[in-house]
Amino acid sequence: MKKPPAIGKTTVRGLNPFGGERAAQLVPQARLAGPMPWVIAIMIALTVIAAAGGLALNNVASNARADLAGGATVQILEASKQERNRQATAAEAMLAEHPAVASTRRVPDAELDALLEPWLGVGADNEAVPMPALIDIRLRDDATEDTLNALRGLLVSAAPSARVDAQSSWLAPVFSAISSLQWLSAALVILLGLTSAAAVWLAARSALGANNETIEIVHLLGGTDVQIARIFERSIGFDATLGGAVGLALGLIVILFLGQRFDELGSGMMAGGGLDWLDWIAIAIIPLIGVAIAMLTARITVLGALRRLL
Amino acid sequence: MNATEKEGITFDNVGLRYGADREVLSDVSFTLFPGSFYFLTGASGAGKTSLLKLLYLAQRPSRGAIRMFGTDVITLPRNRLPSYRRRLGVVFQDFRLVPHLSAYDNVALPLRVSGVREADLKKPVRDMMEWVGLGHRIDARPATLSGGEQQRVAIARAVIGRPELLVADEPTGNVDPEMALKLLRLFESLNRMGTTVVVATHDVHLLKKVPESLIMRLDKGRLSDPTGALRYPPRANTQAGNRGDGRG
Repeated sequence: MKKPPAIGKTTVRGLNPFGGERAAQLVPQARLAGPMPWVIAIMIALTVIAAAGGLALNNVASNARADLAGGATVQILEASKQERNRQATAAEAMLAEHPAVASTRRVPDAELDALLEPWLGVGADNEAVPMPALIDIRLRDDATEDTLNALRGLLVSAAPSARVDAQSSWLAPVFSAISSLQWLSAALVILLGLTSAAAVWLAARSALGANNETIEIVHLLGGTDVQIARIFERSIGFDATLGGAVGLALGLIVILFLGQRFDELGSGMMAGGGLDWLDWIAIAIIPLIGVAIAMLTARITVLGALRRLL
Repeated sequence: MNATEKEGITFDNVGLRYGADREVLSDVSFTLFPGSFYFLTGASGAGKTSLLKLLYLAQRPSRGAIRMFGTDVITLPRNRLPSYRRRLGVVFQDFRLVPHLSAYDNVALPLRVSGVREADLKKPVRDMMEWVGLGHRIDARPATLSGGEQQRVAIARAVIGRPELLVADEPTGNVDPEMALKLLRLFESLNRMGTTVVVATHDVHLLKKVPESLIMRLDKGRLSDPTGALRYPPRANTQAGNRGDGRG
């Protein structure tokens, strides 16, 4: 029997970390044929949609607040049309002179009629249903309570039937609802993140179980826990990258479709719900965070399981 | 500690029990002299596989002391055990080849785990495959190999890293007598190059094939060593003098 071949002097050990494609071969890869990338894709798509919804709502609220912050409305609540017109004219003239006021606009009766038409019908009798006169005011600064009180004081004598309100107060319940929806979307993003981590944990446990023999062999051949964990990390990382890309694409399709639908509404408020470039970057980062969570979960799961071996 | 104990492997009053059951190994004490050839015999259930598991660091004993290459491996932190495992070669009774890897990749596995570069392991792996007579089957998956061929791949994987200790659990159990003899000659060749070899077998005919070997006999978990040769092996009975040739 001839001598066994000796390992050449060039086979210096420990120079090359066990990794890459060769190490990945140890765990059979199903890729898109397996459930993992699709589970991650669905999770990422839902997270992207929830995050985009939250960001859009934030933009709606911010833009609306900015628009309304410097706005106030004066209502002349007077039943007599003549007196109402007199007080409105006097109030508009006085307000225009006030240093806090940037501009005023009396809302024409025709515009008011158009606003009320859906409820009162065409040609409603203004005498039978007296409508207040409205003056739209743009202030130089935000409509603080002090400014509003100053305006109220100004109008007491000339227009005693005047009522001054900040425009933002009309939409306070809407802002409250938007805020609730924002919290909901944030909670959804967190829950979906946790669900993704749980799905990866289950997948890593399942992969560990399915490849238990192989892991034990590598372990007994001197493979370290980190080496073995890296194999699974890489495998799950590939699945998560595939799933993340598919999920991001699905999420973007839904976002763009919904964006188009909301654009078609032509609502002034919804028009402020577009996403800016920082929002798009945040959305693009979601799959990357998903991949990082998946790899970290796989690593922690595998290292935990390996610690049970000697 | 003498030089033998420093380089070799010493078991001192080792006991092993699984859970609350009775001990499967009791008061096992011996020293594996570097470069020697041992047969581990005993009836089924005598504790051979348990003893081998302790040898290839798959199990910690319940009591006693084990020193390996000068280190107490019982108290060694588990993160330092891989470097000791890389100095061992193991041929499992059931081969334990990775089913979805080719024969080549199975044999290359210990080198890859040890951090050998791809370019550097091609030749040694191919040479090793030739050496075990499977140069023409390097791309074959284990499922397509016969029992004897799988056994030889398992042996090639065990010896590719030039281990200091080779442990083989019933390596001839699944092959015909002719192949068994060939495999034994493979172990002898490796042993002549300085590797300590421990072969667990219940085939008494095999023992006669290696006249220089020492016999470790387990009976109900106890090692019989009436002459003390296992614990204090006489240098003349070992092949230590043959060590050192051919190490790369």
